[in-house]
Amino acid sequence: MLEVFIFATLNGLVTGLLLFMLASGLTLIFSMMGVLNFAHASFYMLGAYFAYSISLYLGFWAGLIFAPLIVGVLGALVERYGLRRVHQSGHVAELVFTFGMAFLIEEAVQFFWGPDTKNYQSPDLLDFPLFTLFGQEFPAYRGFMIGISISIFIGLYYLLTRSRVGIIIQAAITHPHTVANLGHNVPFIFMGVFGVGTALAGIAGVIAGPILTTFPGMAVVLGSIVFVIVVIGGLGSLVGAFIASLLIGLLQSYAIASDVGVQDLLNVLGLEFDRNHPLTDLWTLTLPQVAPILPFLLLVLVLIFRPTGLMGKREQ
Amino acid sequence: MAFIRKSSIWIVYLVVLLALPQFFDSVLAISIFNQIAIAIVFALSYNMLLGQGGMLSFGHAVYFGLGGFLAVHALNMIEFETIYFSIIYIPLVGAFSGLLAALFIGSFSTHKAGTVFAMISLGIGELIAASSLIFDSFFGGEAGVSGDRTFGPSFFGIEFFQDVEIYYLAAAWVFIATLFMYLFTQTPAGRMANAVRDNPERAQFIGYSARKIRYISFCASGFFAGIAGGLFALNYEFITEENLNAVTSGRVLLMAYIGGLGYFIGPIIGAVILTLMNSLLSNYSELWMLYLGIMFVLTVLFLPRGFAGFIMMHQIAWVRGKLSSLVMPYLITSIPSSLFLMACVAMIEMSHTEEEVFHYLWMELNPSGLATWLITLFIACSSFYAVRLLLPQLKDAWERANTIPEKESFGK
Amino acid sequence: MPTRFIQNALKLRTLLLISIISLSSTARTQEPIRIAFMDPLSGAFASVGTSGLKQLEFAADYLFNSHGGILDGRTIEIVPLDNQNSPTETQIQFRRAVSEGIRIIFQGNGSAVANALNSAVTRHNRRNPGQEILQINYSAVDPILTEENCSFWHFRFDAHEVMKLNVLTDYIASNPDIKSVYIIGQNYSFGQILSDTSIALLKEKRPDIEIVGNELHPIGQVKDFTPYVTKIVSSGADAVITGNWGADMVSLARSIIDNGLDIPIFTFYAAYDGITATLGADGKNMIRLIHNETSNPIPTEQRKEFIRAFKAANPNNDVTQPRITNALSMIVLAMEETQSTDPYDIALALEDMRFTTLSGEEIWMRGEDHQIFQSLHISVHTDEGIEFDADNSGFGLFSEYHVPTEETIVPTSCRMRRPSR
Repeated sequence: MLEVFIFATLNGLVTGLLLFMLASGLTLIFSMMGVLNFAHASFYMLGAYFAYSISLYLGFWAGLIFAPLIVGVLGALVERYGLRRVHQSGHVAELVFTFGMAFLIEEAVQFFWGPDTKNYQSPDLLDFPLFTLFGQEFPAYRGFMIGISISIFIGLYYLLTRSRVGIIIQAAITHPHTVANLGHNVPFIFMGVFGVGTALAGIAGVIAGPILTTFPGMAVVLGSIVFVIVVIGGLGSLVGAFIASLLIGLLQSYAIASDVGVQDLLNVLGLEFDRNHPLTDLWTLTLPQVAPILPFLLLVLVLIFRPTGLMGKREQ
Repeated sequence: MAFIRKSSIWIVYLVVLLALPQFFDSVLAISIFNQIAIAIVFALSYNMLLGQGGMLSFGHAVYFGLGGFLAVHALNMIEFETIYFSIIYIPLVGAFSGLLAALFIGSFSTHKAGTVFAMISLGIGELIAASSLIFDSFFGGEAGVSGDRTFGPSFFGIEFFQDVEIYYLAAAWVFIATLFMYLFTQTPAGRMANAVRDNPERAQFIGYSARKIRYISFCASGFFAGIAGGLFALNYEFITEENLNAVTSGRVLLMAYIGGLGYFIGPIIGAVILTLMNSLLSNYSELWMLYLGIMFVLTVLFLPRGFAGFIMMHQIAWVRGKLSSLVMPYLITSIPSSLFLMACVAMIEMSHTEEEVFHYLWMELNPSGLATWLITLFIACSSFYAVRLLLPQLKDAWERANTIPEKESFGK
Repeated sequence: MPTRFIQNALKLRTLLLISIISLSSTARTQEPIRIAFMDPLSGAFASVGTSGLKQLEFAADYLFNSHGGILDGRTIEIVPLDNQNSPTETQIQFRRAVSEGIRIIFQGNGSAVANALNSAVTRHNRRNPGQEILQINYSAVDPILTEENCSFWHFRFDAHEVMKLNVLTDYIASNPDIKSVYIIGQNYSFGQILSDTSIALLKEKRPDIEIVGNELHPIGQVKDFTPYVTKIVSSGADAVITGNWGADMVSLARSIIDNGLDIPIFTFYAAYDGITATLGADGKNMIRLIHNETSNPIPTEQRKEFIRAFKAANPNNDVTQPRITNALSMIVLAMEETQSTDPYDIALALEDMRFTTLSGEEIWMRGEDHQIFQSLHISVHTDEGIEFDADNSGFGLFSEYHVPTEETIVPTSCRMRRPSR
């Protein structure tokens, strides 16, 4: 039992931190421009695909460096020539635009790379078990993922709260006009933040691609979950996003690891139903089965009872 | 006079709906018309939310789908004689199921508009889509539920064996639903929905509860989405979870947006365009989804008010009788722009095809030949340049047709 | 004015009818016989669909059209219809087929789609006597299609799920090293049948085998299979049975490999269309597949020639489903026997037909439920002894275990409603 618990925690941590890399960029972009970027997970997918193509020629590590850069530049271009233009037509138009981008990027990926899954491999250098516990191996690559995500969180946190750039960005979030009057180029800051946010998503894609498989549907699988995290954590809150990411990651992991079902609950209550009952689907439900939809349940509950999210300050 | 003009539009609408099968009577054409009919009601119901109420929903298919599922179950009940009524009323079953679902979900999701509403709709949509795969006995798993529309009392001898009979039934429902949705926009509740969309605070100052207004729009929208779901059930005699998942929700957003949110007629245009693209384009190119994506993004970028907005841009010119002065500039610009489009499509298709010879329009191109590529590229670049050259002229002509010259306004 | 309007309208009508919607054409002797191929040709599942389309087109050209056609010189024309793997779109494309006067529809991918098509065909044929349509199911394995929902107008050319599981559990039962099994599948009818049936069969064949896990996960929703693999590891299973396909299959296999688990994985759909290339060396000797028609070694020179010719014409594709060729050949045989292209005649001729495939094996279409019977094989993913690889990766399937046709036969509960003519 203990081993299951430990590994479930580790797995949850890996997933949670990966989700955080996506959510951090998304929440940064949101707090700046007030737009929820539907295409964010698509940039994550682009990261994986670019890294795959680069890794074919230059190896994994080159991909880790260049793919996020390419994705970041693409993101900045999308902001400059797309989002900024749509901005005049209001928030709904912006949301719909990013929604359209998500759709377009998925189709474009299928066009350039084809619909098949890609054989994107983790580097040989990290191809060893980090440690073995109760006969189970924990791959070094997963440890590497944890390391990268945590260093990004720390780096980002310090950048935003301690550095000059971070202070300007924070100021631009709340008082864009004042910052502009001080002589800073606010549209340029916006473009930069969008670029950095998408590049973060790109890094997530690069390191997740080898273990979560690189295929055209990978954006859809993660896309809505990242939204859920940003909303649960509180729109615009980096710390909230961090907590919510870990929460969702661990929640899903524990749910899968458990073997509890409605039946067990009924047994505790002393109730029993036979298999031919019209609601039999409900009685035979188990926690692992519903694990992937738990985040959405949490989302709806949080929005109903605490629309600001866990750490959010303002309502949108 | 105004009344006659207004009602004449409706009569034309009805006549077009009824006359279509007279001109196109193949099984395929009827099937496309049925799709369009369903899409129109669905897209219009979506517009009640987004266009009129300002509520961006990512889960509107839930009401469509639930309406459809209950309608199919009702068809099955008619078949096994648990209930007894003519199947022409099936869309009402869908409508009330949609309404019930909306009454329940709206009671907590319409507290706020904006992002909160959008996120709740996304969450609910995902939850219901996921549970539809878990609760097999009601949703039938991934295979869905199927029924048969030919049971129950016949309607004046019509047994609904053929799709064309369903088309006339659907046309009648589409007409009724469109009329009622239009009338809804004219009611105080419909008017207030616009007010709440534009400025909820002001609306509350004059004594209206923004929440209540949103709730009313939301429920009405669920009701009409349910009608569309019921029509779907009648047409296809089955329904699956894909009809209530995020893909369907996304598609209806696309329809409404491409058509034009601000106009009542917008979603109708969007429904027609998207359905035609879906059923005709998909047979010519594997890449039709890519084209759809490009078109969607370009529409958002350059036609923020959709196709309907584009048409309405010419209203002033039309009223002033200057529309004819625009015909030539449009024609001239359309030549290089269609050339540009064709060249781009040719390049996209050529880079995708694995065939030795690529049949494009009336030509046979060689996708591996450098010359073919260079020529296509040249056509694309030069026509693009030509469009750039011609665009100012078009803009000029458009402005001349639209702005009221000072001399004219003061009289000679 | 009105007459002119009507005239113009009529002109427009004829013009549009000719240009956009080509209507059903009355079959004349030299006209091609049109067969629809309905599968996903765009979107996420396109690679499987287009691969099947190429195989059918190639089979028609290589076996028949290049030899002067069939029925005294008529060629076979394959009409691709893209159903986007969606039951709704299947219904729409079905109407297109009806509209174009096509009477035979090939379809394979997705049981949900096959079921939707089956009910659409049954309904159409009942309501439009004389214009019946034949459904040729070359790959959908839901048993229901030849059990409760069996139809005179439906023929299946693949072994269904229970038949395959029967063989698979035999194989597992014969392996004394396997003492515990973990079952994991996608949470829908296919996965549910998989888990119920394999538990029941294993219990009957090897009561000592312990089912240490029985997991159903939502289809296409799982990001990371590692938590599931953790459970598999801690359960101490000696083997895994899974019905996963597509990205779910690849992700599951990858997670199992990445976590250093070295136990056999028994699958239905873990080869070709990019999967073999993705698994590559990591999956060697771990992944086993149950399928009909042999993979390496190919028994006859005829089949080898066919594969070589196909590879020459389609270097990026493989002959993944020889049953497509079998299905087409049997239909042509039925047409030649009856000298008719009417689905009713073809259906009658197909019933209880015995046919020798390119692999030199006699296969049997049972008349009772329209289910094909042929030998079944279990193959391993490897690069040893591979003459014909998959995805040009050097890796492919090597058959290890063969079950002759007679032993694959299972009873059916089908009560077919036969149309009277």
